[in-house]
Amino acid sequence: MTIAVPNLMPALPEIFVLTMASLILVVDLFLSGKNRFISYVLTQLTLLGAAWITVSTGSLEVTHTFSGMFVDDVMADVLKMMTYITVSVMLVYSRGYLQLRNLFQGEFFVLLLFAMLGMMVMISASHFLTLYLGLELLSLALYAMVALQRDSSPATEAAMKYFILGALASGLLLYGMSMIYGATGSLDLGNIAAAIQQGTGSRTVLIFGLVFIVAGLAFKLGAVPFHMWVPDVYQGSPTAVTLFIGSAPKIAAFAFIMRLLVEGLPGMMHDWQGMLIVMAVLSMAIGNITAIAQTNIKRMLAYSTISHMGFLLLGFISGSLNGYSASMFYVLAYVLMNLGSFGMILLLSRQGFEAENIDDFKGLNQRKPWYAFLMLLVMFSMAGVPPTVGFYAKLSVLQAALQAGFLWVVVFAVLMSVIGAYYYLRIVKVMYFDAPQDQTPIAAQPDISMLLSVNGMAVLALGILPQPLMALCAYSIQHSLL
Amino acid sequence: MLTLTHYLILGALLFAISVVGIFLNRKNLIIILMAIELMLLAVNMNFVAFSHYMNDTAGQVFVFFILTVAAAESAIGLAILVALFRNLNTINVTELDHLKG
Repeated sequence: MTIAVPNLMPALPEIFVLTMASLILVVDLFLSGKNRFISYVLTQLTLLGAAWITVSTGSLEVTHTFSGMFVDDVMADVLKMMTYITVSVMLVYSRGYLQLRNLFQGEFFVLLLFAMLGMMVMISASHFLTLYLGLELLSLALYAMVALQRDSSPATEAAMKYFILGALASGLLLYGMSMIYGATGSLDLGNIAAAIQQGTGSRTVLIFGLVFIVAGLAFKLGAVPFHMWVPDVYQGSPTAVTLFIGSAPKIAAFAFIMRLLVEGLPGMMHDWQGMLIVMAVLSMAIGNITAIAQTNIKRMLAYSTISHMGFLLLGFISGSLNGYSASMFYVLAYVLMNLGSFGMILLLSRQGFEAENIDDFKGLNQRKPWYAFLMLLVMFSMAGVPPTVGFYAKLSVLQAALQAGFLWVVVFAVLMSVIGAYYYLRIVKVMYFDAPQDQTPIAAQPDISMLLSVNGMAVLALGILPQPLMALCAYSIQHSLL
Repeated sequence: MLTLTHYLILGALLFAISVVGIFLNRKNLIIILMAIELMLLAVNMNFVAFSHYMNDTAGQVFVFFILTVAAAESAIGLAILVALFRNLNTINVTELDHLKG
């Protein structure tokens, strides 16, 4: 028996991240509390190294390896680069917060890298098995990260809820996958697409499987009616972990939908379009309307996430290359805004104090005008006010949906974003027109404050000049879907 | 004679029992963890049945991976359960209601 060695080159970034994660796990054992910084630097270097490998091994062609289970294409490379940047920025923002709460531990970095590895596998998957394994690697690491603050009862409660609903979602997804497998006789996304095109397999079984798959996806994405876990997890987790859950995994979720629905099940587009429309409309409505009633800013941003996921789905509904690249632009813009808003919450938190309530932002303009301005930019962008990136992102998904002929969905989405503007602008009002409740000076490390400024400026700059990023998204989608 | 349909019905029944176990159970978190395991086993039943009747081993290989992940998943679930019990002194589902709004 001979064993053929697969082509390892396309998976080199994953192999590198895995090696470094294991290495950091061991190195961290020998570090005393004072030298914990070394793990942090090693993690950042891992991200840098992975980015270098991704760029230097990247090509414009689509390469399959591991018997077609793993694919390396332009979209995978672009999304992986964005994931590295997001994780790296998130690490910088959360450093001070973690140190003050005794969470600046090796476990955090190792779990973070494993979660990122899971996302990278999801981004590059072209087989049910790799999709499932990537998703589970991400989810299991996230459950543990939420529970990392193990003496806090909100955090453990959030972890339990996240775990139960996450496991249920995996179960639904797997049940759907087993049905699709039964109908098409294959687990490979390319073969499944071909089998559905040829009309093999019972249509009933396929649709039955699709319903479960879409339900599982909706759970993971946090779209209504499977959104119950999002607010609880966002509120209960340590803010640094909330920042992580809300940012990079959304990029992976986008890739997951692209691979599973667009590459694997294009023959059933009319069936999943209908389901996604219902989810998108409900998410935009319930997310935006419930967010108005919140006093906890983390919970408010959780509902805002739900509504943003509704907008993200609009791009998929249009079912065109244009729509997919609009969705990709939307997810990247959303990640940028999310980093900015949670970065600000992390910045205002200090020893023994969590800036969790909207009241904690009162009078920020009098305390630190620059931070208030950055938060204003991010809030305007989330609401979709021009000339920020959020406006352009919303405009492009709405355009794509309009081209596909979903006029009523577009009208509804615009109405909902007007309702949404109310609670984003309330934060702006609180920052600029209310008197500050506490006058404690805001002490921020210079690198965090600088990065946050870059983040806020990027929200503005990408809104004024969205073409390069939009072109990159369009290019990578076109070169991945042949 | 057992046909594919029989196995699929068994899988669907097991799956339904586990979903009911997750949503209707108001007492004990451990029962929810058991229901999650049962759900993955129901999926395994489907995969093995399809794989056998289609003479394709890929489905059975998938089952091995699901079993492995299920083991890791229950380890993490039980670890979170222990942490939760230390904080709240209860594993009653109805008392997990501190986060809401």
